[in-house]
Amino acid sequence: MKKIYLDNAATTPTDTRVLQAMLPYFTEVYGNPSSLHAFGQEAKHAIEDARYGIAAFIGAKPEEIIFTSGGTESNNCAIKGIAYARREKGNHIITSKIEHHAILEPCHSLEKQGFEITCIPADKHGLVDPADVEKAITEKTILISIMHANNEIGTIQPIAEIGKIARGKGVYFHTDAVQTLGHLPIDVNDLNVDILSASGHKLHGPKGVGILYVRKGVRMHPFMHGGDQEKGRRASTHNVPGIVGFGKAVELAKAEMGKEIEQLTFLRDKLIKGIISTIGFTRLNGHPTQRLPNNVNVSISYVEGESMLLNLDMEGIACSTGSACTSSSLEPSHVLMAIGLPHELAHGSLRFTLGRPTSEDDIVYVLAVLPAIVGKLRSMSPLYKKEVK
Amino acid sequence: MQYSDKVMEHFRNPRNVGEIENPDGVGKVGNPVCGDIMELTIKVDSGIITDAKFKTFGCGAAIATSSMVTELVKNKTIEDALKISNRAVAEALGGLPPIKMHCSVLAEEALKRALDDYRMRSTKPATGKAA
Repeated sequence: MKKIYLDNAATTPTDTRVLQAMLPYFTEVYGNPSSLHAFGQEAKHAIEDARYGIAAFIGAKPEEIIFTSGGTESNNCAIKGIAYARREKGNHIITSKIEHHAILEPCHSLEKQGFEITCIPADKHGLVDPADVEKAITEKTILISIMHANNEIGTIQPIAEIGKIARGKGVYFHTDAVQTLGHLPIDVNDLNVDILSASGHKLHGPKGVGILYVRKGVRMHPFMHGGDQEKGRRASTHNVPGIVGFGKAVELAKAEMGKEIEQLTFLRDKLIKGIISTIGFTRLNGHPTQRLPNNVNVSISYVEGESMLLNLDMEGIACSTGSACTSSSLEPSHVLMAIGLPHELAHGSLRFTLGRPTSEDDIVYVLAVLPAIVGKLRSMSPLYKKEVK
Repeated sequence: MQYSDKVMEHFRNPRNVGEIENPDGVGKVGNPVCGDIMELTIKVDSGIITDAKFKTFGCGAAIATSSMVTELVKNKTIEDALKISNRAVAEALGGLPPIKMHCSVLAEEALKRALDDYRMRSTKPATGKAA
């Protein structure tokens, strides 16, 4: 059976070139970068090379890059680290309703500690209006955090514009770029961001490594206390193979991103068009054009997402859904609810996220298989009968 | 989260999909908000459930429990059918993941509703029902 992986927003396969670059750092260059001897110094050079490459890729200085364990840590670190460091200045944080849980949950946790959180709504395409952000700023606002692109529906936010507003008001601006690093061009200066989170395994790098970009001069409370790694900003022995892998993944992205964006956009639009035109009662979720090159999110009426996902899985196709039935909360995706989808359409959503290995044949195969699955489930659906008869 | 082989088997090949024409009892439960809607129709002859069919909008567990409940009630007396609990449905499927137990509750409710509906119809004068 064919095996087609279209869940690259969840995680990507590690590129074999990345793996090759990492391997020596397990068994040959195994020193602790904090050690003064040659074993340690060689490892130190490797992580500094990675830091240099990653910094250059986003228009930052090497000393502005902190290595972390991944996107969730970077986001927690940004939200809580700024909140605790600027407590005397204010207690108000602005974010959006469609952020990842790794932003929303730290915000909720701060709320319990007396911070005030404003969640800006998104429009029907999932766009946050910079004017809404501006209106929400008060004298107490210490941080604005808006994601670069949404992980579920792929909508790309007007980050540069929001950053400009934040800078004008003297408020720190963080963006969660977990879905965009290596997939869209990023320049922290063009985007007017002060803090940025990203994760290695979303761009064909390894799991367990992330970065936090922190603009020079931004004061943050450290998230991890211990040794003086990362200039005291993040204690813990460096994940040398992971950092080397992240560096290699960025190097590959730098060389291949332009071509990849073109290819993935073509495949994305072919899949969207194919689904919408061959299956009735379907709709695209997220922005039609201002969206990640690899993201397809559709709602298919009268059928539930998990049952489609399981059927696709039986045909060898991996994707994801915003249906409640995959979460313990029984609530459908907060993102799909925030863009105004009725419950049944949120439950009937499928997300296909393409990646480096995705081919046109893969898309053709999905388009060949999906209509029959939907047909089978609709024939079992009490909702379909009512609407269509 | 992982489904048992039995759940997947019923999900792959659901039994008794559809709706019975001129049913003796109908049970509709669930709503779009929770993401599961189940409709169960039954045929009763001399106090015995002779046929049961379902239509379901829902996840893998919802479809599998719907399928299983139709299997369990067939050829049972009304009294015995009333004793079928959500646990019995889940057990017959080799268990359900904890977060999916609500699907088995829905199956039990659909069955109870269909049986209630049958009793309502059979105690009422059959004015509207007669063809």
